Amino acid sequence: MAFQILLNVFLAALWMFLQVSFSARTFIIGYLLGMLLMLGMRRFFTERFYLHRVWAVIYLFLLFLKELVKANLDVLKLVLSPKLKMRPGIFALETELKTDWEVTLLSNLITLTPGTLVIDVSDDNKTLYIHAIDIGDVAEAVDSIKNSFEKAIMEVSRR
Amino acid sequence: MTVISDAIIVIFLLAGSFLSLVAAFGLIRFPDVYTRNHAASKSATLGVMLVLLAAFFYFLFKNEIFSSRLLLGIAFFFITAPVAGHLISRAAYNSGVKMWEKSVQDDLKYKKSHEKKLP
Repeated sequence: MAFQILLNVFLAALWMFLQVSFSARTFIIGYLLGMLLMLGMRRFFTERFYLHRVWAVIYLFLLFLKELVKANLDVLKLVLSPKLKMRPGIFALETELKTDWEVTLLSNLITLTPGTLVIDVSDDNKTLYIHAIDIGDVAEAVDSIKNSFEKAIMEVSRR
Repeated sequence: MTVISDAIIVIFLLAGSFLSLVAAFGLIRFPDVYTRNHAASKSATLGVMLVLLAAFFYFLFKNEIFSSRLLLGIAFFFITAPVAGHLISRAAYNSGVKMWEKSVQDDLKYKKSHEKKLP
């Protein structure tokens, strides 16, 4: 990925030299043209085209915003309901993510969405212990995290 | 045009302060450390984000300044808030603070009791 971005910057610099114009505008045009060129030749790269990963990051961010608003409304309902009907508890989540930064990102996202909070991570990085403010159905909660956040993070880190 | 921009700013500001109010309300109302931590560190994230966005739009529409520092403030808040929340509740759990008696389950207890048996 780093190589592809470097190549793209190099192509943009090449475009600036061809145009004999060293302004930011020429650089951006050259960058876009270089991106188009690389898109056409993407099967010659050993890794996938880096824009896929950029798109995956944007998708993860949008997903996070959606979950943030949704979960905030849930907590709002809990706080403002006249009787405390919640059933808090700690459940374990087995994660398939391997590297440190993936697990860090996942637990940060889980903690940022209201209603769930990572309390501890097991020593082998495989299990997250999550405190939920209202456990409805554990299997469902685990599934929803696995299908949304974990999948999106895997999409980002896939080669 | 100013009516629309004013409306956007006012809506963001009101929603943000309402969420912060709810966070404070939940802090008083919830029964134990863990649930209070939810109210304090989580509902506040969206509240602070909305207030900062309102300030950002105010400067953008009224003074035509693209105030990138406010956006940076949101980003840094998103980085630091979960770490603080995680550490507070982890410290509480490790120093043995009891959970609310109506709590449903505790998967972490099993792990802790196993850890003690190991040397």
